[in-house]
Amino acid sequence: MDDIQSKLKSPSKASREDIFGRVISYTCIAAIILLVVSILYFIASRGLATFTSNHVNLISFLTGQEWNPGALDAHGHPQVGALPMIVTSFSVTVLSALVATPFAIAVALFMTDIAPKNGAKFLQPVIELLVGIPSVVYGFIGLTVVVPIIRQIFGGTGSGILAGTIVLFVMVLPTITSLSVDALRSIPSYFRSASLALGATRFQTIYKVLLRAAMPRLLTAVIFGMARAFGEALAVQMVIGNAVLMPHNLITPTSTLTSQLTTNIGNTIMGTLPNNALWSLALILLLMSLVFNLLIRYIGKRGAIKS
Amino acid sequence: MTAILLTKNVHLSYGKKEALHGIDLDFDEHGITALIGPSGCGKSTFLRCLNRMNDLIPRTTVTGTFNFKGQDIYAPTTNLVELRKQIGMVFQQPNPFPFSVYENVTYGLRLTGHKDRQFLDEQVERSLKQAAVWDEVKDDLNKSALSFSGGQQQRICIARLLAVQPDIILLDEPTSALDPISSAQIETTLLALKNEYTIIIVTHNLQQASRIADKTAFMLNGNLVEFDLTSKMFTQPEQQDTSDYLNGKFG
Ligand SMILES: Nc1ncnc2c1ncn2[C@@H]1O[C@H](COP(=O)(O)OP(=O)(O)OP(=O)(O)O)[C@@H](O)[C@H]1O
Ligand SMILES: [Mg+2]
Repeated sequence: MDDIQSKLKSPSKASREDIFGRVISYTCIAAIILLVVSILYFIASRGLATFTSNHVNLISFLTGQEWNPGALDAHGHPQVGALPMIVTSFSVTVLSALVATPFAIAVALFMTDIAPKNGAKFLQPVIELLVGIPSVVYGFIGLTVVVPIIRQIFGGTGSGILAGTIVLFVMVLPTITSLSVDALRSIPSYFRSASLALGATRFQTIYKVLLRAAMPRLLTAVIFGMARAFGEALAVQMVIGNAVLMPHNLITPTSTLTSQLTTNIGNTIMGTLPNNALWSLALILLLMSLVFNLLIRYIGKRGAIKS
Repeated sequence: MTAILLTKNVHLSYGKKEALHGIDLDFDEHGITALIGPSGCGKSTFLRCLNRMNDLIPRTTVTGTFNFKGQDIYAPTTNLVELRKQIGMVFQQPNPFPFSVYENVTYGLRLTGHKDRQFLDEQVERSLKQAAVWDEVKDDLNKSALSFSGGQQQRICIARLLAVQPDIILLDEPTSALDPISSAQIETTLLALKNEYTIIIVTHNLQQASRIADKTAFMLNGNLVEFDLTSKMFTQPEQQDTSDYLNGKFG
């Protein structure tokens, strides 16, 4: 009797294992949270040092067009105007996403609705391959193929926003495509049958039901692609020209936030203004990826199909 | 009664497997015909032949005669889009689009290019009234159709079909996902519709068939066993199999 009672009162093997598993996962979660918080803290403290210890004006940082953190201007202020890089970063991001989206959705529709069997069989590996190619390879192809072609056609150096857009287009295409495929596959097939049974053609069904029902998730796919384009550094650096100048058109050499970081972070000394200024650029990148994330969440929540 | 749809010697194979072994069924204009039979006997398959929804399933072959108002449904010249507007279908699961009620009901009309707001408004009201959901949704026409109950959604789907004014309405177990009260409402709706439309309904619910159908067809293993007036079949079935099925001996 006592034996049974003590057995019942003491934790069983299963519940001990349960506690053990929980301890392991909480430890891992704590480690990851610590890591994330320290990264955020590090970037923020460095990035804000430009404004706190170097006394750069935030407004002039965001709107200034002269970037030469090592030198002072006529009034004795450091030249840290990040606007050209901000503009270029946004330009290549938006342009590449704009160009890639129609292609991506067309390919996704081909795989899900037009030729679901053979299309997916053939295109799925192609997309996976495109995702797997390292960005330096894209940049290299951009440098040796895209830039010379642009130079031939438009003159100039060939580097600039156009070259960056073309390279990024190829890089975000698989991202947007595969997420669009997921979006379209998540639309229950009974919407398709309902539409066809009402006398809709396949094109009408795609256009009026599928794309519309999948719209929130398609938008999410595009934003994911934009986040990838915004954060891409190496490939862009190889074709953008790396001159911190305000872009006047699509083919003048310029620089993105990321390309400026990769180009110069090794050439500056920790704690000095040129270094801090780069951290400020990193902080902008971080904040932007936060914005992209929030957008994705917001759209995802608003657009979830209620059932 | 004149038959609006005549089928003869219908065979259908999914790949190599034959699911229908020669069905002859004629459907009278303005009436309800029920298809009953145990699971897997081919009721849905036969129903899908009638508006060629089987075309969507790869590797199906259909043979036989399908005569709808004098035209051959499977003729190469048949316009599928037109056909499906004349022979519409309601599915087992309510499947309104994730749009507003108004957009659901006007979907078929917009496909054919109707844009006149007043005309659309009238059709929405007429269809929803005919489908007997008008009173429940009239204040929420701009709400998502998915925010209504299953029974209301199913009647919205019926309204969506009625808006394009089909001749024949095919229903595949339209009440099997619904509670008894919603089912009863759908039955009432169908009874009211049968004066204007030809209704063909697949059902597992024998009481439902006996309550609403003018004629009933009993299928078994891809064959048509018996087809007669419902009142006759449920009281004096001619075949032993029919009698066994109606008495719950199998299926
Ligand atoms: N898409 C398909 N591919 C291959 N075989 C199928 C397909 N659909 C149905 N079948 C087969 O055809 C036969 C008839 O199926 P059907 O769905 O028409 O039966 P049913 O009478 O509607 O059954 P239930 O009452 O369960 O809905 C079954 O043996 C089924 O396995
Ligand atoms: Mg069925």
